[in-house]
Amino acid sequence: MIKIKIRKDIGRKRYTGFAIASFAAVALVWFIAAESGAVGEIFLPKLGNVAGYFIESLKDGTLWANTSISIYRITIGFIIAVILGIPIGILVGTFKGWEAVVRPLCEFIRYMPVPAFVPLIMVWVGIDESAKITVIFIGTFFQLVLMVADDALSVPDDLINAGYTLGTDTWQTVFKILIPAMMPRLMETLRMMIGWAWTYLVSAELVAASSGLGYTILKSQRFLKTDAIFANILLIGLLGLITDRIFAIVTKKFFPWADGGR
Amino acid sequence: MALFKRKKNNLPILEEHIEANLANSTIYVRDLQKVYSSAKGDVTAMKDVNINVMENEFVSIVGPSGCGKSTLLRMIAGLDTATSGQIVIQDNNIIGPGADRGMVFQSYTLFPWMNVENNIKFGLKLKKMPTEKQDEIVDKYLKIIKLEKFKKSYPNELSGGMKQRVAIARALANSPEVLLMDEPFSALDPQTKTDMQLLMREIWQIEKPTVIFVTHDIEEAVYLSSKIYVLTSRPGTVKAEIPILLPYERTLALKDTPEFIELRKRVNSLIEHEGIS
Repeated sequence: MIKIKIRKDIGRKRYTGFAIASFAAVALVWFIAAESGAVGEIFLPKLGNVAGYFIESLKDGTLWANTSISIYRITIGFIIAVILGIPIGILVGTFKGWEAVVRPLCEFIRYMPVPAFVPLIMVWVGIDESAKITVIFIGTFFQLVLMVADDALSVPDDLINAGYTLGTDTWQTVFKILIPAMMPRLMETLRMMIGWAWTYLVSAELVAASSGLGYTILKSQRFLKTDAIFANILLIGLLGLITDRIFAIVTKKFFPWADGGR
Repeated sequence: MALFKRKKNNLPILEEHIEANLANSTIYVRDLQKVYSSAKGDVTAMKDVNINVMENEFVSIVGPSGCGKSTLLRMIAGLDTATSGQIVIQDNNIIGPGADRGMVFQSYTLFPWMNVENNIKFGLKLKKMPTEKQDEIVDKYLKIIKLEKFKKSYPNELSGGMKQRVAIARALANSPEVLLMDEPFSALDPQTKTDMQLLMREIWQIEKPTVIFVTHDIEEAVYLSSKIYVLTSRPGTVKAEIPILLPYERTLALKDTPEFIELRKRVNSLIEHEGIS
């Protein structure tokens, strides 16, 4: 006789405890490695220095300025990708003709490296804000179309058939059944995509930027300011985590009927 | 209250078995054939299928697995297409799905984002029926399926049996010409299944919907039906048409009577001879 362990719940308290402990452990290893001098400061900054950089840039306002311009770029790039990507994705996942036209093309483009597009984008759209937004857009749009298409395809056939036998026509079936049915998964997709958008930030701010968290990282790199690099990377990670949680909470709140939420 | 166009003549015992003739058939299937094309050549899944369903009749279709009974039902629903042949409902050739043929599926198909009430109302809203009339119909069917207390519940709060009861109500609320049921109780546990059979017979006696019921459970088919079609294994064709001459009022005790057992054995032997396809 064995005790079942695979996928067994460990309880909320323990789960949270473990999660906090893992963060603490990483911080501790970092602290010991840096403070003991075992790892040079160029490779690993001291925890105190990173905190110092944070406080300093908070005081002189650069932290907030950089954060807000980066959030702005990501938000706009992501929103444009979503506005275009969701309807196209739904059409691709619903009508085979759309799929044939769009899917192979997207599959092809999504393997192209986004940072390599940066010089081209500078030529195409210039070096102002629209260039950075374009990088975020290209990084997320093609992937988004394919993932939304899969979300639409994941709606069970019989749910759609039930609609037909209750009298829906094609577009009623799309708007009254397919789209509502795919909403929880769509939210999940958006949650993942906004994470991707954050990872493209540094690439986006390669483009003649003079502000932003990604730009600050690149600038600090030139002067080997490891503490500044660390601080900004951590901040991007934190902001990504916060957006992720917001999406998760919104999904749970608005779609409680999805898998046992209600 | 003329909510339903269905005739509610309370048929006395045995009179539900009037000889089937084309004149009063609501639905008939003529020489239906289904051929699947594959790399290895064409496979005939179904041929020469002929079926008559009269108004208010409860017809079951049984047969060995793979005989195409579910495909036949889906073709009647308009969700699948035949290679040749004809399906006619109320003098109209079936070319696609429509609200005149309600369907209950084997899988749970309640819309999870709508509560029970709105699920039942779905078809009525499409028809732009006045709200008061919608409410009236919802309450009527909630009573019939005995789920008045669950009007505001969401599907994920219901058991499998309850979900299927709502699915039946949702289909019937639309007052279709025929209710198509594709193994609706086969995912349920035996106790719930028996309860559902009793309820289904009760609903049929109250509402007199025309039903075409696909099942692999012979006992279920005999208990519920006025007529059973037995299909052969692939290529599926009609092997026998068996009128079920059992009392109109059916209770669980009926399942132990010699007449019932006799019928069950008869249908069973027709299928057993088919073997495994």
